[in-house]
Amino acid sequence: MAASKTLTFALMDPPYENARSTTALRLIDCALRRGHNVNVFAYEGGVGLAFAKQAPHPNAMHGRDVAQEDHPNPKDWITALLKEAEQRGTKLDWVQCGMCVDERGAGEAVAGLRRGSPADLWKFAQASDNTLIIPSK
Amino acid sequence: MPRRVLNIIESAYRATIEEQDDTIVWLSYMLRDAGAELSVLLRGNAVNYAVSGQDCSGLSFGERRQTQPPRLDSDLVKLMEKGVPVLAVAEDLTERGIDSQDLVGGIKTIARSGVAKLFDSYDLVWHW
Repeated sequence: MAASKTLTFALMDPPYENARSTTALRLIDCALRRGHNVNVFAYEGGVGLAFAKQAPHPNAMHGRDVAQEDHPNPKDWITALLKEAEQRGTKLDWVQCGMCVDERGAGEAVAGLRRGSPADLWKFAQASDNTLIIPSK
Repeated sequence: MPRRVLNIIESAYRATIEEQDDTIVWLSYMLRDAGAELSVLLRGNAVNYAVSGQDCSGLSFGERRQTQPPRLDSDLVKLMEKGVPVLAVAEDLTERGIDSQDLVGGIKTIARSGVAKLFDSYDLVWHW
C-alpha cells in the first residue's frame, strides 16, 4: 500500500439537499479504507451533517414503518466513519465551524467531533498533502 | 371542484440517497393521499426517474449499510397506482438516449411543444 497521506475536505452543504455531501462522505470513507488520515472542516450548512437530533422517519409511500424504512441520517454515517477510522488506526479529525453552528442553533453534534474556526482549516491545509473544497452551488 | 395540480419535476437525484426517495414524488403521493387531483410531469434530468430497473444499492460507511436504497422507478409505479398520471417530455428522453421501452409501464410521453397546452388542463402548475 502507498504511504499514508493526510487529506483535508471542506464541506459546505447541509444534509438532505443534494448528493454532494453523500459523495463527499464516500470519498472520506474511501480514503480511510485505504489507510489515509482525513481532516474535515464543516462550514456553513455542512455543520448540519452531524447534528445529533436528526431522526429517522417512516415512509408511507413505501408502506414501511420507521424500523423497516431504516432511513439513514448523515450523523450516523459520520459516526460510522469515525468508528471506521478508529478500527483502522487512521485519524478522522472533524471540525465544526463554531460560528456556523451558533447561527443555526446546531450545537448538539454526534460524539467525536470538535468545535473550531477557519484557523483550523488553515492549519489543516498547511499540514495536509492536499485539500478538496466541496462548496455549495 | 378541487383545483387540479400539475407537478413538474425537473430537479433530479437531489439527495435521493439520503431521503431514499425523491421528495416531490413523495409529496405528490402524500397530496394524492390527502385528496388532491394531480399529475406529474418529468422533464430534464428527472425523466431518468422513469427508467426501469435502476439500482443504487450497496452504499455503506464503515459498518453502516444502506438497506433501503431509493427505487425511484417503482415509486413512480406506486404513484400511478394511486391514480396520479405520470408524463415525461419526449425530447428530454430522446436527448438522453432513453427509449420508451426502457421506461416503467404507464408513463405517458408528451412532446415539448405540447407542454404549454398541457398547462391549460390544470388550475395550478408547480415547477420543482
